[in-house]
Amino acid sequence: MARHKHSSPRWAATVALLVAAAAIAAPSLWARLEQDGVHDPRGPAIAVLQQPGDALEPLPRDTAGNQVNWVKAIDIGAINPRTNLLPETLVQLRDDDFIIAKFGSMPAVKFPHRQHTLWLACENCHDSLFKAQAGSNKFNMTAILNGEQCGVCHGAVAFPLTECNRCHSVSNASLRRRPAP
Amino acid sequence: MTRRTAIALAALLGLAHTAPSAEYGDVVLNRYSDKAGVRPVVFPHWFHRIRFRCKVCHQELGFKMRAGANDVLMADIIDGKFCGMCHNERIAWGADRCDLCHSGKPGLRSGIIGGAQTSGPGRW
Repeated sequence: MARHKHSSPRWAATVALLVAAAAIAAPSLWARLEQDGVHDPRGPAIAVLQQPGDALEPLPRDTAGNQVNWVKAIDIGAINPRTNLLPETLVQLRDDDFIIAKFGSMPAVKFPHRQHTLWLACENCHDSLFKAQAGSNKFNMTAILNGEQCGVCHGAVAFPLTECNRCHSVSNASLRRRPAP
Repeated sequence: MTRRTAIALAALLGLAHTAPSAEYGDVVLNRYSDKAGVRPVVFPHWFHRIRFRCKVCHQELGFKMRAGANDVLMADIIDGKFCGMCHNERIAWGADRCDLCHSGKPGLRSGIIGGAQTSGPGRW
């Protein structure tokens, strides 16, 4: 009993501190502009510019990047960003997936054209980053981590390179069972 | 866990969270601003992608995908190129509203400086 009495304040203090820490960590997923270390808090823009939290809070949540699932935001109609300014611009969508398998220690990569062409034009990747012919590109994770290939966007504006399994999503075993195309 | 450990942990958590962090994808443009005596530009990708798909700026407007690859001059913007395709008082505020884009802290380094999880381990 005496032992219990002795230990309880210590635990109470620990719990209180952890709760306090969680409260500090919880208030918002998005820094306010005047506190983001980039905007000049004394500048006149602060009073005019939209705060990230105000714009991003209503959008579908994610666990990385802007904490927004941007593809889902379009898919559910939460946002409908303009596809073009000029009426003559050809807006193209493509709906096929392809699998990049090296049968290494990581699952194979599934690249979905739909999610990419929802945002991007063909010319943004073809042919400067990738040749427009399946099988003709050599992918390299070191290059990607260095901001080349997929890393031009992933790690900068598209979901970051900490999210391995979003691309490496197809088990090698499931592929080996199939005959080669 | 001792009280001291708990305090240290709480302090660490607090510090980790309160460290200033620009929004993921924010781009600082300061090739010319500091030298010209104005605040650097902070371009928020998050704000623009709510309203425009990547292809509008990166194909129609001609912005190259890599931060730092675009030599954006105020004269071009006033001429209706780059940002000036929209920042023309018709789609968005005009080039006379200097302070709204030139809103960064003086002395910032150019580049993508956001990153809620990673700021890009390579050349970014």
